[in-house]
Amino acid sequence: MDTLGSFSLLLAFAFCLYAIAAALIGTWKNKPLLEQSAERALVTVCGLVVVSTLSLVVLLLRDDFRVAYIASHSNRALPVYFKFAALWSGQEGSLLWWSCLLAVFAAAAVLLNRRSHRHLMPYAVVTLMTVLLFFLVLNNFVVNPFRLLASQTPAGPQVFAPPDGGGLNPLLQHPAMVIHPPMLYLGFVGFAVPFAFALSALITRSKGEQWIHLTRRWTMIAWGFLTIGILLGARWAYAVLGWGGYWGWDPVENASLLPWLTGTAFLHSVMMQEKRGMMKVWNMVLIFGTFFLCIFATFLTRSGVLSSVHAFAQSAIGPYFAVFLGFTLVVTLAILLSRLDFLKSDNQLDSLVSRESSFLFNNLILLASCFAVLWGTLFPLLSEAVQGVKISVGAPYFNKVQIPIGLFLLFLTGVGPLFAWRRTSLESLRRNFTRPLLFGAVVAAVSFALGVRGFYALMTVFLAFFVIGTITMEFYRGARVLRQKTGQNWAGAAIELTRRNTRRYGGYVIHFGVALLFIGFVGNALTAHKQAEVVAGDEITLRNYRFVVQGIEQQENDNYVSHRARLDVYDGEKLFATMYPERRFYKASQQPTTEVAIRPRLNEDIYVVFAGLAEDSGRAVMQIYINPLVNWVWIGGFVMLLGTLIALLPSRTVPPGRPRRRRRRPAKERDEVEVAA
Amino acid sequence: MTGQKSKFLIGSLVILGVLAWLGISGYQESKTYYVTISELQAQGQHAYQTRVRVAGTVFPGSIRRESNRLRFTLHQDEQSLEVVYVGTEPVPDTLVDDAQAIVTGKYTRENVFVAQKVQAKCASKYEALPPGVESGSAASGT
Repeated sequence: MDTLGSFSLLLAFAFCLYAIAAALIGTWKNKPLLEQSAERALVTVCGLVVVSTLSLVVLLLRDDFRVAYIASHSNRALPVYFKFAALWSGQEGSLLWWSCLLAVFAAAAVLLNRRSHRHLMPYAVVTLMTVLLFFLVLNNFVVNPFRLLASQTPAGPQVFAPPDGGGLNPLLQHPAMVIHPPMLYLGFVGFAVPFAFALSALITRSKGEQWIHLTRRWTMIAWGFLTIGILLGARWAYAVLGWGGYWGWDPVENASLLPWLTGTAFLHSVMMQEKRGMMKVWNMVLIFGTFFLCIFATFLTRSGVLSSVHAFAQSAIGPYFAVFLGFTLVVTLAILLSRLDFLKSDNQLDSLVSRESSFLFNNLILLASCFAVLWGTLFPLLSEAVQGVKISVGAPYFNKVQIPIGLFLLFLTGVGPLFAWRRTSLESLRRNFTRPLLFGAVVAAVSFALGVRGFYALMTVFLAFFVIGTITMEFYRGARVLRQKTGQNWAGAAIELTRRNTRRYGGYVIHFGVALLFIGFVGNALTAHKQAEVVAGDEITLRNYRFVVQGIEQQENDNYVSHRARLDVYDGEKLFATMYPERRFYKASQQPTTEVAIRPRLNEDIYVVFAGLAEDSGRAVMQIYINPLVNWVWIGGFVMLLGTLIALLPSRTVPPGRPRRRRRRPAKERDEVEVAA
Repeated sequence: MTGQKSKFLIGSLVILGVLAWLGISGYQESKTYYVTISELQAQGQHAYQTRVRVAGTVFPGSIRRESNRLRFTLHQDEQSLEVVYVGTEPVPDTLVDDAQAIVTGKYTRENVFVAQKVQAKCASKYEALPPGVESGSAASGT
């Protein structure tokens, strides 16, 4: 099985080289058959990498500890789903996983679009395969996951298998771990596809906006995965100690945020190109930059150049990434500069209060945010290079810059979609914004009365509800028009409305999710914390909750030994929940972990940590946190995912099954929806 | 049309200016020097004023949990440093004997380092190869 895996990996490398050569020669000499052969080679590469990945999975499930990677990342007692997750828990495995996902994405992109976008294909194949080639070089020759363990004997190296593996890092033994890395990787890898299409369109000087449509769709897919990946990572960090809450401005977290920021900027500014033929160079820079940052993020997380809580091994792959990044930068810049004439803008900015300018500010702010995060993350390296002393910047720096940026973005989320293209009249401003502004102000005032303090917290509440107000008004107006025409009920009309313009209303749903996310962030200003030493029978009181310690029990299984405390939680006088914070000691890796007990509620989470036993008194140390509103972060994430899915659906132009389809109304109806919105 | 462009430009400059100012003040508040244990102890008077980050290895058996704080000793080469952690964040699980730890905080006159933040990486002992195996001699998969 290991032979099959490493052999197909090597064969994939050869086919990859062939695909690049065939596509290049095919397009230069104008030989369509050769181009087609290159596309088939790409699909073959995909098959081979998938076979290779599957064989590593089979080896993992079979506990084949002859393989060095498996011996150090799995063990016999590990539950099956974590054995599967061990595939991406270490360097070698996760890079193979990268290649596998990229190959699948590449094959899907080529198979789905090779007929409709014939002229883009050869260069798209070359681009995708060049990126994959880089990863296959790493997989085959630098960090091969199928490397076997061997001991040196007089008769030469002798392969052997240790009786059991070293086990998966206990911190990674969490359900979110099974799904967070694949989602994040799908996001990173997914940006290779829009990158390839944009580069091909630039090289071939593609006319028309069709390729933009294609690029935009693939960007949305990658963006959706990246969003979910980042939020799942946050969820995992929240439930596993040592990561400093759900977001701690750790270099690795920052690295994943960078392409998300530029990707978000691209998704907005590309609309300027579609509708008004503006920002063409800028959009190219954004999509190239996003892809570049994806590779850069992989480099940061994998090379160990920055100290991070992610305990990745220091390794030799850093220089390879540096070379690849340099190569990508030079090639894309050269192509961009040689095609500048093709990217001339068709229009100019007309007014400061217009859709265009809201997009410009959106881009400016997202890029400033990206730059500030990048600067803060790389500061230790920069200061060491320039001043010779290593200086790091912490959370206060990031928060100070990013909170105002976030608020300004939230403001644009509310106003941007309602500004008209070119210029917006005062009358339309008043019509669109009076009620949402009032709504936001009322909710902010109520929050103030309920005890929320702090300028940023109140401002966030105000803006978030302002955004929710504008979105509700949009759905209401559109649905009202439809209701008058069709006599549907409100829900039916809203759904119908969304189906007719999925991009627009899907976008609103995403914005709604963003507003919920910000409401979740406000909770950070309202947390409460208490630490106490307890024995059975003791009580701890925090805000309106009373925690009664019932006792501590010990359990054991093949994987770990655990000490579990039982706490009855009373909300006022009512027994509200029983919580079991736990400490485990994993046998294979000889590591302790703390299993936090979390009782989620819509308004706040109760978060209990069994921190350990106090040496001086021998009593159990409990840390109790009340984290208000934190669930709205996750709920916001789900709403954003839902919105992305809606926006990806094709819009329905004429509703089917309507009895009087031939009347002239529908066209006019669409216009009205558009105008009213 | 140039009027609109310059308006946009001015708006952008104002925004960027404010952000730069926030960035600089945030930097002043949170900048932290990386020092080694011996550098910290050699600094004398100066060491008590600045926020610093110190890296080291947790001395085996030195972790003591007291009611409200956690004490441990970091060492690097021959130098060692007493640390008391007073932050509100739970201590990471990775803080165990022989783990690589980074502490952020201030050095005090009592020669104890008061840490606001503790980060730790797992000791890589469980990744060590079985006895008799040298990593260089591992055969390739083919």
